[in-house]
Amino acid sequence: MQKGGSKVQPKTSFFKALFAVVWKDLIAELRGKELISAMLVFALLVIFIFNFALELDPKTRSALTAGILWVTIIFAGNLGLNRSMSVEKDRGCLDGLLLAPVDRTAIYFGKSIANWIFMLIVAMIVLPIYSILYNTNIISPALILVIILGSEGYVAIGTLLASMAVQARTRDILLPILLFPVILPVLIAAVKASAGILSGFPLTDLQTWFNLLIVYDIIFTSVAFMVFDSVVEE
Amino acid sequence: MKKLTTLRILDIVTLVALLGATAMVFFYAPIERVMGAVQKVFYFHVAAGWVGMLSFLFAAIAGIIYLIKKSKIWDLVGVAAVEIGIIFIFITIVTGSIWARPIWNTWWTWDPRLTTVTIMELVYVAYLMLRQGIDDPERRSRFGAVYAIVGFLSVPLTFFSIRIFRTIHPVVIGGSDPSAVGTFDMTATMFQTMMVSIVVFSILFIDLVWHRIRLGKLANQVEELKFNIQD
Repeated sequence: MQKGGSKVQPKTSFFKALFAVVWKDLIAELRGKELISAMLVFALLVIFIFNFALELDPKTRSALTAGILWVTIIFAGNLGLNRSMSVEKDRGCLDGLLLAPVDRTAIYFGKSIANWIFMLIVAMIVLPIYSILYNTNIISPALILVIILGSEGYVAIGTLLASMAVQARTRDILLPILLFPVILPVLIAAVKASAGILSGFPLTDLQTWFNLLIVYDIIFTSVAFMVFDSVVEE
Repeated sequence: MKKLTTLRILDIVTLVALLGATAMVFFYAPIERVMGAVQKVFYFHVAAGWVGMLSFLFAAIAGIIYLIKKSKIWDLVGVAAVEIGIIFIFITIVTGSIWARPIWNTWWTWDPRLTTVTIMELVYVAYLMLRQGIDDPERRSRFGAVYAIVGFLSVPLTFFSIRIFRTIHPVVIGGSDPSAVGTFDMTATMFQTMMVSIVVFSILFIDLVWHRIRLGKLANQVEELKFNIQD
């Protein structure tokens, strides 16, 4: 395969291609329900393990909720990212996608958006369950906004690294090792913002963390977008 | 491939300079009044940290150039820089710990600088694991370049995020925070010793990178020869 393929003028419009990739992932998930069910069960297990490992009585819990939520989300997200990319690789779908006469960044954004949607679905199920299990309402528009922003940064860099990890011999263990140290700034900002929201601080106090989250999202998305081409070229 | 005379000379220069810097640390620089002899760890601590950061910057730049030019030499530069950076940052962490034990009364604290530097170390260990997991040399170089760029980018962001909490790490150069523990004013001789250490470590860095690139080239030659024998 030659690199020249990417220089051919794309025949389909960028957004049409992007939408097609997202749609393909959503339909496949709707039929197989492999990814979300695995992420969801895993997320619930993590919450239960935390409950026993940390002895979550009401006093300690209030300080830990933000951390537990985010660890749950990023662990489940890691599972999802790995799966969503290895499915493409195993059945040769990735080659098919790359052969398609479309801009490759459309494929990157399509995969990212699909992963983002999966993570948000899992988060939106985990939040009410957590609220019911601990009999506190943690759902608020501000927290949902933090989860949307935080998981965007996570999938932006995660999709890039997952598409690298699945092409390695050690792919089962590689993704978390590559992803977690790099994603730390997003995680810190997200946990800090969530903790502030859950302790009932006014949003103006948390402005810094929201700003940082947005800046990190922009930086990570644009860098991943710039280098994605060199990850998939053969 | 014969070892170049310039490289030989550089080896000797590096060795002599390193001995000179060590002598300066022990005999030229004064003993700090409050902290005593343990403060002398500072000179090589700063110099090793400087070389480590420089290496990772080099690796990121080499990654960018590799992705544009696709020439093998830039991949070799990248790997060389990462491997050397890991060693020097490790030296920085260890010497810092040795200093922190008597001054902060602990080997380790979750201070922004300490945490960031250690995460940076983990990023580049992950870089080596990524390379190890890929068999195709061309793909290995490409992925290495991409990860060197992404990893280097996240380091300052991590530092910035943690920095918003308060820090106790002394800032000896460029203004100091009164809450920092273990800070001191440098005398002229201390400053000279520090600058000499930094310069000497930079020479050491150049020497090591050169050797590592040479080693990489030789390894490539061996691969080629093996491949020819198999045919």
